[in-house]
Amino acid sequence: MKRFWGFVIKEFKHIFRDYRTMIILFGMPVAQILIFGFVITNDIKDAEIAVLDHSKDQTTHEIVNKLTASGYFILKDNLESEKEIEPTFQSGKIKQVIIFGNDFGKKLVSEGSADIQIIADASDPNTANLLVNYTSAIIRDYTMSLNAEKTMNATIVPEVRMLFNQSLDGAYMFIPGIIALILILVSAMMTSITIAREKEMGTMEVLLISPLRPTHIIMGKVAPYIVIAFINAITVIFMGFFVFKVPLEGSLALLLIESLLYIFMSLSLGIFISTKSNSQQVAMFISMFALMLPTVLLSGFIFPIENMPGWLQAITYIMPPRYFIDIVKNILLKGTGLAFVWKETLAILGFTVLFIALSVKNFKIRLE
Amino acid sequence: MKPVIAENISKHFKSTAALQHISFEVDKAEIFGLIGPDGAGKTTLFRILNTLLIPTEGTASVLGQDTIRDYKYIRHHVGYMPGRFSLYEDLSVEENLNFYATIFQTSIEENYSLIEKIYKQIEAFKDRKAGNLSGGMKQKLALSCALIHKPKLLFLDEPTTGVDAVSRKEFWSMLKDLKQHGITILVSTPYMDEAEQCDRVALMQSGHIMDIDKPAGIVSKFNHRLFAVYPENIYEALQLLKTSPITHTAQIFGQSIHWVPKENFSEAEILNFMHSNNLNYKVDSPNIEDCFMEMM
Amino acid sequence: MATQEKIIHVRDLVKKFGNFTANDHLNFDVYKGDIYGFLGANGAGKTTAIKILCGLSYPTSGTVEVAGLNIYKERENIKKDIGYMSQKFSLYEQLTVQENIRFYGGIYGLKKKELNEAGNHMIETLQLQNERHKIVGDLPLGWKQKLAFSIAIMHNPCIVFLDEPTGGVDPKTRRQFWELIYQAADRGITVFVTTHYMDEAEYCQRLSIMVDGRIEALGKPEDLKNEHAAGSMEEVFIKLARKQKETS
Repeated sequence: MKRFWGFVIKEFKHIFRDYRTMIILFGMPVAQILIFGFVITNDIKDAEIAVLDHSKDQTTHEIVNKLTASGYFILKDNLESEKEIEPTFQSGKIKQVIIFGNDFGKKLVSEGSADIQIIADASDPNTANLLVNYTSAIIRDYTMSLNAEKTMNATIVPEVRMLFNQSLDGAYMFIPGIIALILILVSAMMTSITIAREKEMGTMEVLLISPLRPTHIIMGKVAPYIVIAFINAITVIFMGFFVFKVPLEGSLALLLIESLLYIFMSLSLGIFISTKSNSQQVAMFISMFALMLPTVLLSGFIFPIENMPGWLQAITYIMPPRYFIDIVKNILLKGTGLAFVWKETLAILGFTVLFIALSVKNFKIRLE
Repeated sequence: MKPVIAENISKHFKSTAALQHISFEVDKAEIFGLIGPDGAGKTTLFRILNTLLIPTEGTASVLGQDTIRDYKYIRHHVGYMPGRFSLYEDLSVEENLNFYATIFQTSIEENYSLIEKIYKQIEAFKDRKAGNLSGGMKQKLALSCALIHKPKLLFLDEPTTGVDAVSRKEFWSMLKDLKQHGITILVSTPYMDEAEQCDRVALMQSGHIMDIDKPAGIVSKFNHRLFAVYPENIYEALQLLKTSPITHTAQIFGQSIHWVPKENFSEAEILNFMHSNNLNYKVDSPNIEDCFMEMM
Repeated sequence: MATQEKIIHVRDLVKKFGNFTANDHLNFDVYKGDIYGFLGANGAGKTTAIKILCGLSYPTSGTVEVAGLNIYKERENIKKDIGYMSQKFSLYEQLTVQENIRFYGGIYGLKKKELNEAGNHMIETLQLQNERHKIVGDLPLGWKQKLAFSIAIMHNPCIVFLDEPTGGVDPKTRRQFWELIYQAADRGITVFVTTHYMDEAEYCQRLSIMVDGRIEALGKPEDLKNEHAAGSMEEVFIKLARKQKETS
């Protein structure tokens, strides 16, 4: 045991003495969450919209006036038919089209509800999401004022369609994504690099020719990163909560346990990568291509999986971050418990077992 | 029981043969040198003996144990200094030594007597990071680390490469000290002149051992006459000697040419040849380098 | 062979990094056709001095002329007139022998005809006819070394700088390599060898030994050995380094 702790202490010294590692380990999470956070919370001003009004009655006029008076929107165009919607978007300037159904005002009075459709250009999903939220809020506002005036119980239910990006999941999407990205980078990339460094420097040879067992070497290498990755997870969750007001609907304990499991999975992946790379450079490249890109591109972090072609969707099933992002979204935003995420949890557990098995199979007690 | 016995060891990496039919034995408390250029197979041979590689063919026993079956025992009882200094550059001198002591479940105090002479020379810098040490100091630290668990056998893979002449000299005298402690030392080097520092040497070239003997024994086997020629213009004289029918070999050696005439020419013929070409020369004794080349 | 024409002329060369003096008033001349050894332990200041001579950095003070050119004013011209080879070689391992020759010939602005002639001549003298289209990475160390040297002098530079050129090769290859160096010197190319291997030093015609930023000895190997009553350059070096240790 003394040997093992001697090893862990040495690893901590490596980490704390290299200021570049320290910056990556502790600065990256904060920097990423701030960058993503502020990119997404851009404010909207003077967004150009078009209206397709099949009713052209007083109610629809009032709603349009309310929208333009808000300062967020400028009415650029009045459309005559559905056919014009597509070309309007393609011209590029119009960000949103609002469609009022037939006899909007009448229906609202007679049936207590009326149809309104909001179509947004979600090729820029964040802007689209904000525009839709603002529009919905203004319409809700108007409905409430109607109810107050005429003491009637009318509701307008906007039907929202996100063009080009039908399943925008919400602006908080980036928090689960960042947790997934940071944990996998810290755990997998850093461990694989640090093991590869021992090989590159020739120190691994001496470690092998010593009474240290392979488990000592591997556990000694990963132990510090369990601690650091866990601190990172907590940092990101708390920054999301306090700085960006991400709700924490579900159990914090469950979230932390799931994070820990994901950290273990990433560490075992890191060890596996290190068994396949003999230099820090190789470890770095494998980590970048095997971890960073898939996590960003194929996990649903930025691009929704549902919009990918079928074969690409199939590939996402072998991306561990995909499952973790689902879990975090469920716990953070929907407040669901283990009963709803056990499948994903099991998937991550499966990956952990797989990577450990591969690492054990590949770890060499000799040089070949 | 001899500390190292290698029997008919061969090692292939894919299609290239790194070692071919190597057999040798090392006696207890002997400084045994593997002398040969880069690519001769020295490092591969070391790695087979210290259990890091498995030979394609042949067997080896180290400290009386089989290198494949009993690798754990061997790993506990040998010290190893790889070609590149196996130090953690971001740890201080003392931290490096402490770390290696810990993984061998010992402490600096316990074995201080063995490393004292060596470590004393760098102890003044014990808080300095290993990366900021000079080549000679790194070498002393690496040797201290390799000795911290009192190994019975020491593997030193090119310990003097990249180290200045003064440190090299000091290093060899340290090894002689360790020998007095009964430690067997296997050392490799590309420098022919270091052969003289060993008790016995194996001359290696392209995966073969060409000869094993005491340094003096190797030199005594050189069965040609060797002359050192001191010409005005070395290059011109070299061309002349190379094309002469008398010449067996002619090579630049420092400021002279080491010239070996063919056996069937008499002293008088040689004298005559030298005079007619206006060359100064004297009989010289061959060194290990000359012997090495004659065997290649 | 050496003449009296100065190829390198250094007077009072000082290079400081902050408070640290890497080169402390260096004075030496290298003559045309000389094989000049620039010796010193690691950290003695050799690399700093070579960078200045090759036009890669400026001295803090002092006069430095290389190939008759002032290093303050004519750095770019100096670069055209020097060759350089380090122990790690500058050959592209993934290119063939022929491709490496073409590439470097192109860099030094050799015309196509010159390049073909020089390339063929080089391959012939090195006896690489069968290896012409082989990947350089697959050649033995000694061959790479000879090829790297030949490429470094392909453009007939005034002077070639060799940085620890023969570490780790077998004695036969090393002696053949020095034969190439002597051949180049015979052609009038000045050879400037830096090394901390004292056995390499024995091959130089004149040399200087640097200790802690200063040149502590300069002259022919024979003279230096006599002066210090030493049997080899290694002993001379050890004596100088010890002396330095005692006084500092």
